Amino acid sequence: MLGTSPVRPVEAPPLPQPRGPLSAAVIDALRRGPTLLPPVDGADPHGDDLQLALYCLYEMHYRGFGGVPDDREWDPALVALRVAAENAFLDALRAEADPSDDVDAEIGALLVEPVEGTGPSWHLAKDGERWQVREYVAQRSLYHLKEADPQAWVIARLDGPAKAALVTVEHDEYGAGNPDRMHARLFADMMRALDLDDSYGAYLDAAPAEALAEVNFMSLCGLRRALRGALVGQFATVELTSSPGSDRLVKAMRRLDLPEAAVEFYAEHVEADAVHEQLVRRGVIAPLLAAEPALAADVVFGIRASGLLADRFGERLLRHWAEHRSSLRHPLPDAPQPDATQPDATQPDAAQPDATQPALA
Amino acid sequence: MPDRAPDPARQVLVTDEGPVLVSGPVDIVLPDGSHVRSDRPVTALCTCKRSRRKPFCDTSHRRKVRSSNEEKNNGARH
Repeated sequence: MLGTSPVRPVEAPPLPQPRGPLSAAVIDALRRGPTLLPPVDGADPHGDDLQLALYCLYEMHYRGFGGVPDDREWDPALVALRVAAENAFLDALRAEADPSDDVDAEIGALLVEPVEGTGPSWHLAKDGERWQVREYVAQRSLYHLKEADPQAWVIARLDGPAKAALVTVEHDEYGAGNPDRMHARLFADMMRALDLDDSYGAYLDAAPAEALAEVNFMSLCGLRRALRGALVGQFATVELTSSPGSDRLVKAMRRLDLPEAAVEFYAEHVEADAVHEQLVRRGVIAPLLAAEPALAADVVFGIRASGLLADRFGERLLRHWAEHRSSLRHPLPDAPQPDATQPDATQPDAAQPDATQPALA
Repeated sequence: MPDRAPDPARQVLVTDEGPVLVSGPVDIVLPDGSHVRSDRPVTALCTCKRSRRKPFCDTSHRRKVRSSNEEKNNGARH
């Protein structure tokens, strides 16, 4: 099926600003070619510096960056640094996520709905403000503008029914053959309806480590075949929890009287993910574990690690919003602006020029 | 879908917890005679009658828990 809208020329996003010695070295190496790269030891595995360094190295496997030769994706020095940085990240996650191989119990826990929850979608549905919805969407754009891409890497590592069912879900994410219904495209439509810049990577500089870490975890599990079980666990977490969360975001947007084009993305996910939940549980996880029972602990790890990272992201948003502060590193113009007399590491004093106007204009 | 039948008959999977899963694009006729079409590869039709998007499942069949102390519970975090 052919789409109705004009095809946009592909433009790789610009390299971001560094956030410390590791990300500075990576960005410099991407631009000029690797020279001497610093050791990863000592960088906080959840911090801005390491997460941005990882994000940039992973991005070379997706769309790359403007001015960076595509071949640098497989530069051995950069790949070695990526593996060292992701090992640090992985070790931190393994230390935090209690091990278990009881996949049924883990899934069962995801399938109950609290009467009253505390995450960002609960806050937004109940008394979120428009600028908070925009912040949420801007940060989510790092994943949703490449929605389903990190999980597509696992296809080649699966076999038989698990592969067929995962591809069915991915096919639906990619619009089931209709480019106008691709979820990444619906997300871009929502961004424009919220006066956000929908160009790929537009909010990378604004996104804090907590937002990068969620996407980095998907890329990590997608790229490493050894983590195929964890990737399936991550995928299951998203598909199992997205339907009710999306419903709350629909409520938030309707309550704030936001345009229907903005509501459509999350409205689509309420229905789509009610189906995907069933397909992932019955079609992917059950046959995967029948074929490779040894992967059970990794599936649980994928579920728990994505849960921990989702909690960190949600806590950051709610902590900042409770103090009437922007959760972005560079606030959007309609958000509370940082107080220049009170420097704060998480609130750089130089607000970035707004990205409400498309960068290409 | 598990256990796909060898013949080309459309598979309808009746779950024990919530929706009925129907494979392929479907045309659904509602009690008032109106039609709703779903082009999804698989459609989940509500049978618990709690969905706010009938005839489609919206996961409203899920068990509700009062205390969000039941941590592990992901629904609380999104």
